[in-house]
Amino acid sequence: MSTTVVPPSPPQKLNRIGLGPSDYKGNKSTLCAGCGHNAISERIIEACYELGVEPHRVAKLSGIGCSSKSPAYFLSTSHGFNSVHGRMPSIATGTMLANRNLISIGVSGDGDTASIGVGQFIHLMRRNLPMIYIIEDNGVYGLTKGQFSATADLGSTLKNGVINDLPPIDTCALAIMLGATYVGRSFSGDKKQLMALLQGALGHHGTVMLDVISPCVTFNDHVGSTKSYSYVRDHDAPVGDVSYIPFFEDIVVDYDPGTTTEITLHDGSRLLLKKLNADFDPTNKTEALKILMEAHDKGEIVTGLFYLDTQKPNFMELLNFVDEPLATLPESSVRPPKKVLDEVMNSLK
Amino acid sequence: MGTTDLAVKVASTTTSRHEKVINDLSIQVATVNGSGSQSANTVLLRSIFRMGIPVSGKNLFPSNIAGLPTWYTIRASKNGYIARRKEIDFLVAMNPETAEEDVLSLRAGASAVFDEKLNLQRLRDDVIFYPVPFDALVAPVCPNAKLRKLVRNMIYDGVLAKLLGIPMGEIHEALKQHFMKKPSAVDLNFNAARVGYEYAEKNLPKRGRFYLERMDATRGKIIIDGNAAAALGAMFAGVTVCTWYPITPSSSLAESLASYMKRYRMDPVTGKATFAIVQAEDELAAIGMAMGAGWAGARAMTATSGPGISLMAEFVGLGYYAEIPAVIFDIQRTGPSTGLPTRTQQGDILKNAFLSHGDTRHLMLLPASVEECFSMAVEAFDLAEEFQTPVFVMSDLDLGMNNWMSDPFPYPAKPMNRGKVLNAKDLERLGGFERYRDVDGDGIGYRTLPGTKHPKAAYFTRGSGHNERAIYSERPEDYVNNMDRLSRKFETARKRMPGPVLQESDGAEIGIIAYGSTHWAIVESLDQLRQEYDLPVSYCRIRAFPFSERIMDFIRRYQRVYVVEQNRDGQVYELLRIEADAEDIPKIHSIRHYKGVPIDARSVTDEIVSQEGKK
Repeated sequence: MSTTVVPPSPPQKLNRIGLGPSDYKGNKSTLCAGCGHNAISERIIEACYELGVEPHRVAKLSGIGCSSKSPAYFLSTSHGFNSVHGRMPSIATGTMLANRNLISIGVSGDGDTASIGVGQFIHLMRRNLPMIYIIEDNGVYGLTKGQFSATADLGSTLKNGVINDLPPIDTCALAIMLGATYVGRSFSGDKKQLMALLQGALGHHGTVMLDVISPCVTFNDHVGSTKSYSYVRDHDAPVGDVSYIPFFEDIVVDYDPGTTTEITLHDGSRLLLKKLNADFDPTNKTEALKILMEAHDKGEIVTGLFYLDTQKPNFMELLNFVDEPLATLPESSVRPPKKVLDEVMNSLK
Repeated sequence: MGTTDLAVKVASTTTSRHEKVINDLSIQVATVNGSGSQSANTVLLRSIFRMGIPVSGKNLFPSNIAGLPTWYTIRASKNGYIARRKEIDFLVAMNPETAEEDVLSLRAGASAVFDEKLNLQRLRDDVIFYPVPFDALVAPVCPNAKLRKLVRNMIYDGVLAKLLGIPMGEIHEALKQHFMKKPSAVDLNFNAARVGYEYAEKNLPKRGRFYLERMDATRGKIIIDGNAAAALGAMFAGVTVCTWYPITPSSSLAESLASYMKRYRMDPVTGKATFAIVQAEDELAAIGMAMGAGWAGARAMTATSGPGISLMAEFVGLGYYAEIPAVIFDIQRTGPSTGLPTRTQQGDILKNAFLSHGDTRHLMLLPASVEECFSMAVEAFDLAEEFQTPVFVMSDLDLGMNNWMSDPFPYPAKPMNRGKVLNAKDLERLGGFERYRDVDGDGIGYRTLPGTKHPKAAYFTRGSGHNERAIYSERPEDYVNNMDRLSRKFETARKRMPGPVLQESDGAEIGIIAYGSTHWAIVESLDQLRQEYDLPVSYCRIRAFPFSERIMDFIRRYQRVYVVEQNRDGQVYELLRIEADAEDIPKIHSIRHYKGVPIDARSVTDEIVSQEGKK
């Protein structure tokens, strides 16, 4: 009988709340190997770990589709809800109404958001509900084997050669027009940009809408696709560099003040936006829409943080309800005393 | 005319044509939608109520903002009958478009107050006519021409006060209650009523046999509509999230709730509320938000009607399978499709019992009165959380939008039941939990709320197949296990839901089963059957689905059982036939009323007598 000595695994580096990276992992993904969605899950795990997000405070929400399976693949100690096709925004709204202390991370797809769910998506943006809404955008329906979605570009083709003859819905432009207060686009293959956008998102107190181009390796990673890895890499036009400094770090960053904007988020974290285009101002709606429209004309996929408003009240602030979660208010707070019923009854006599 | 089941024939009655009839009459006011008759009608109703006479009011209105015919019917009944009655004793014909038809549909001996310009007395010689020059009377009391259209209606209140014997003091008091914050409106309207009274005193000598006299049968009672009652119930149930989308006839439920909650559940200094009421973008979002809120632990509700329910079907199926509490008030109206949006029906019973795809069954409460709209609203929130499932409260337009006399509502007797929710301490003690395991053998699992600070608290909610640990599974045994547990949960609910109310008569061979707002016609019909046909009948009022075993016992005890309801297809009749023993099925008979207007006792009586071969 031989004795095997198992070397102790190297200690995990713990974050500021004492959790390691493995505490933020989810179940093993059942998505295709190489699917962009898995890379997005990894960034969510990293971002939450690095910022020391408490997993029990996170509610993971989704609709139906490949993308909507994602919440199972990160933060396995957070409550999750895989709801119905296109209707995650209403579930998210109700969840936040019940418990305003939650951090709501919704993952949707381009079919789930821009086709069946476009109605609820629009109204979520209008309300500026405090949540992070991520579209894993590949331009096709993966789970039903490759039909076009409403974000597929005009003229792009399916694997079998079918050409898309309708223009795409630009979810970022829609979100900006309707009232979302943190709107950006990224690419699942751009770790650095996506990470910074997600970290900034966690410090924002309104609707975060991130459209992440996430190529579908099975149905939409071919020559005629405008959402393939190679196409996105060749046509990615970042509007700037996004860097993020969490509220608990005070690093002096040496950016040239002439080309950098610094924005303080609600929790005291900061976003540093290094401009590539000197005219671009991420707090100006018109500028943001202009850059999106121009990119469409040029066939570019513009990425970065397009619009940010840290002042607009979010939906919970408008409703002005008590600070503690409505879900756990005691009976004494929610059932008026008998004298109230007596008063109402007397008024009806 | 719109209320086409108004019978021209004289119903059988034991009183002679010339006998004085006290405190037993029905008044119908026919106006044009949007002409502001609601105040005059409410004041008339309240004045009679203030005289101590049991009274009910029903508004028959079109799906229209202004211009189409509308009718308001007031029934005063010394016996306390508050169901609709088809026969009209006193008509107030204010709508030129329908005036002729309205007069022609009266029974002989009835009276008609009308605008003298319409010259209606030419139509019949067996009706008593009271012509009134409304325009000439209103001009001097209401110099503001814009208000005249509204104030004009108060004149008929004055005329009726004189003709029927309502003291003007009661009209004044009712006006004060109606225009609480506007003394000038009280004066203006009272002047108009007084002008009507004085005109009748001088020019309209009383004929006919109908009189109102003070009695003492309304002391301590209240008047309220079912939607306001349900809203109050929701408030006292401790509702925290209400998400809704406007639809007739349910909108006033959410609107009443908003006004009560602003008054009683909001800090007057900070304006901070212990609730959220959100008008959603559509019914899909309304139920989705309620589901999200219920999942996260709020007492959540929505209010809608048939077309809204159709849109909510997918989410309600999710709520059943993923086991999420929410309360859905369905204020039923006449379907199918858009149907008759402002008319009443009990048409959503069968649909809601099995709403959504696959094998689903839902809990339903069936309120019959405004008091039950209140108490069942309270009960519904407990049931939703106890059973972790959507619960329907099946009101209807008649109950929801009409004014009903009632005893005051009792304060909830039991503390709120939040169901099987585990907190962090419980999880520490138990070392974890399995969301969909039937620990107690009642089919109900334990749940945790998002935000619970414990590493074992989280589980994953999904509408797809799952095992006891809430993990995705397509294994046949996991699916069967889950579906069988849901059946067990439904059987647990069968014992827990409100049972039937039985009223059994000695010597009765036959029984009636009814539910919801149909109840009031049955109460009156039982008396008619006994008094006019010497036919004792027992009565079983169903108050919930799943059906109590006591309902099946009731069917077993009688030779024939008539299920009376307001829909074409006998929806509860069909449900009972599904659940009844094979030998009892032939005993169950169906009586259906589906005209869009509330059911009346005479229709029930006639049908039973006919089916029993007594006529």
